[in-house]
Amino acid sequence: MAASGRAGEPVVRVRGLHKRFGHLEVLRGIDMELHQGEVMVIFGRSGSGKSTLLRCVNFLEDPTEGTVEVAGFRLGGGHRTKRKREQIRQLRLHVGMVFQQFNLFPQMTVLENVMSGPMCVRGRDERQIRAEATELLESVGLADKADEHPIRLSGGQQQRVAIARALAMKPEVMLFDEPTSALDPELTGEVLAVMKRLATELHMPMMVVTHEMGFAREVADRMAFFHEGVILEQGPPEQLFDNTQTTETRKFLDAVL
Amino acid sequence: MTAGGPDLPTDGEPVDRRERLALASARVPFRLKVAVVWVAIFAVLVAFFWLSRFDTDWMLDNLEFIALGLRFTIQMAVGGIVLAVVLAGLGALGRLSSNPVAYGISGFYVSFFRGTPLIVQMFLIYLAMPQVAGNIVSEYPGIPVEYANAFILNAILAGTIALGLNYGAYMTEIFRAGIQSVAGGQGEAADALGMTHAQKMRKVVLPQAFRVVIPPTGNEFIAMMKDTALVSFLGVTAVQAEIFRRAQLAGKADFKNLEAYVLAAGLYWALTALFTFFQARLERRVSRGYVRLPSSSSRPAEQAGGH
Repeated sequence: MAASGRAGEPVVRVRGLHKRFGHLEVLRGIDMELHQGEVMVIFGRSGSGKSTLLRCVNFLEDPTEGTVEVAGFRLGGGHRTKRKREQIRQLRLHVGMVFQQFNLFPQMTVLENVMSGPMCVRGRDERQIRAEATELLESVGLADKADEHPIRLSGGQQQRVAIARALAMKPEVMLFDEPTSALDPELTGEVLAVMKRLATELHMPMMVVTHEMGFAREVADRMAFFHEGVILEQGPPEQLFDNTQTTETRKFLDAVL
Repeated sequence: MTAGGPDLPTDGEPVDRRERLALASARVPFRLKVAVVWVAIFAVLVAFFWLSRFDTDWMLDNLEFIALGLRFTIQMAVGGIVLAVVLAGLGALGRLSSNPVAYGISGFYVSFFRGTPLIVQMFLIYLAMPQVAGNIVSEYPGIPVEYANAFILNAILAGTIALGLNYGAYMTEIFRAGIQSVAGGQGEAADALGMTHAQKMRKVVLPQAFRVVIPPTGNEFIAMMKDTALVSFLGVTAVQAEIFRRAQLAGKADFKNLEAYVLAAGLYWALTALFTFFQARLERRVSRGYVRLPSSSSRPAEQAGGH
C-alpha cells in the first residue's frame, strides 16, 4: 500500500510481452513503463492489441512471454499454480480496471457495487467501507443513486459507478478499456470529466485505451500508437498529433479526427 | 364486404359489423376474457360430472382419507427437492471443475441417474441396497449386523432418496447451465477487484445464476410432486400411503375408480397451483436489478383499444 511513495520507480513495467491466441500473435514484444501520475493513452485499430495489453497488466490474460511488474509483483505467464493465483490476486488489489461494458453487478445496489471490492478484502470494517464508498459516489456525482440498482442508471452513470467501484480498492494504477465506447455520444462527456479529474487532481497513473482524441490531447502525458501488436510510435500528444513520425499513425489519426 | 378492399375509408365510423365487433372486443380486458374461458371449461367439466352420474357423496366421504395422503406427498417432495438441490449444487460445481476427481464423479452421477428410470432407482434403493448390505455383512463377520439393517429403509424414505438422487442429476445440468449463463464480464469484474474464486462465486456468480435457475427448478419441483406417486409401487402400508395409493385403495374397495382418481388428480393439481403462485412471487423478488421500472402486474395484451 505504501508503494505509491516510491518516487522515480515506474508503477507499471512491461518487459518483452508477447501474447498468442493459438497461431494468432496479438502482442509481438511490448516494452513499456508507466510512471507516477502519468496518463498514457493507447490507441490504434481494433485488433492491434491495445485491450490485450491492458488485460495482460492485471492478468485477465496470461502473457505468453515476458513479464509484467506492478506494485512490486513481477509475474509472467505459465501454469497457474495455487501460489501463482494468489500472487495474481495480490497484484490485482493494486490495479483498478474499468471495462467497456461497465460490468456492474446487477443484483447489487450502486452502493453495494462500490463496496463489493473492499468488503472482500477487509469485510470487518463495514461501516468504514460504507462511508468511503458513499464519499466516492459523491465524488462522481451519484450519491443520490446509492440505493438504486444499476439497470435504473444511464450508461454514463453506470460507468461512473464502475470507476468509483475500482477506486474503492485504492489502486496504484487505473486501467480503462474503451470506457466510453459503449455510451451514447452525449454521455461520454460526464465519464471523461471524471477521468480527467482523476488525472489532474488525484494524479492517478492511468492507462487508457480510447479513441477520444480530444481527451488524449488535453489529459494524456504520453500517447502510444499500437499497430499489429507493437507500439509503433509514442510520445507526448503534441508530437503525435502535430509531428507524426510514421505514415500508419498519420493515416489512423486522419481517419478518427 | 371483404376485408382490405381497395377503398378503405381513412377513419371515422367502423365499416361493418365485424369491425365493430373487433373494436368492442378490444375494449374488454384480456384477463377478463381468459377468466371467461376458464369458467367455460369448468362448466363443461361439471356438466360431464353430472351426466356421467359421478358419486359426489362418495367423493365427499372419501376426501378426507385421500387428502390425508398429502402429508406424505408433500413430505417426499420437499425432502426430495432439498436433497436434489444440494446434489445439483455440488454436481454443477463438479461439472465445472478442473479437478478430474470432482469432474469424474459428477459426470458419473449425472450419467447414471439420468440414464436409468426413476422407478428402477426406487427399487434399487428400497430392495437391492439391503440385499447388498446383508451379503457383505454375512461375508465379513467382523461387521456388526446393525450396519446392514441401516440399509433397510421404509418406503417413504427410500422414495424420497430416489427422488432426490434422480432429480438432482437433472438439476445438475440446470445449475451448470445457470452458472455458465452469467456473463463473462461479471467474472472478470470480480477478478479485477481481486476477489478470490470463492468470493467471486458467492457474491457475483451464484446470486445471478440463482435467478436464472429458479423457473426450471420450480418446474422440476412440480414434476417431482407428482412423481411421488411412484412410491406406491414399493408397497407402502395404508397408514403411510400418499395420495395416489390412497385413491387406489379407496377406489378399488368401493369400485369408484373414476371418482377416486379424479379426487387424486384434483389434489395434485391444487398443490401445483399453490406452488406456482409462490414461485411467481419468488421470481418477482429476485428479478430486482433486472427490470428498469417497479414491477407492474399488467399483461402485455392489456393495452387499451381504439378511441
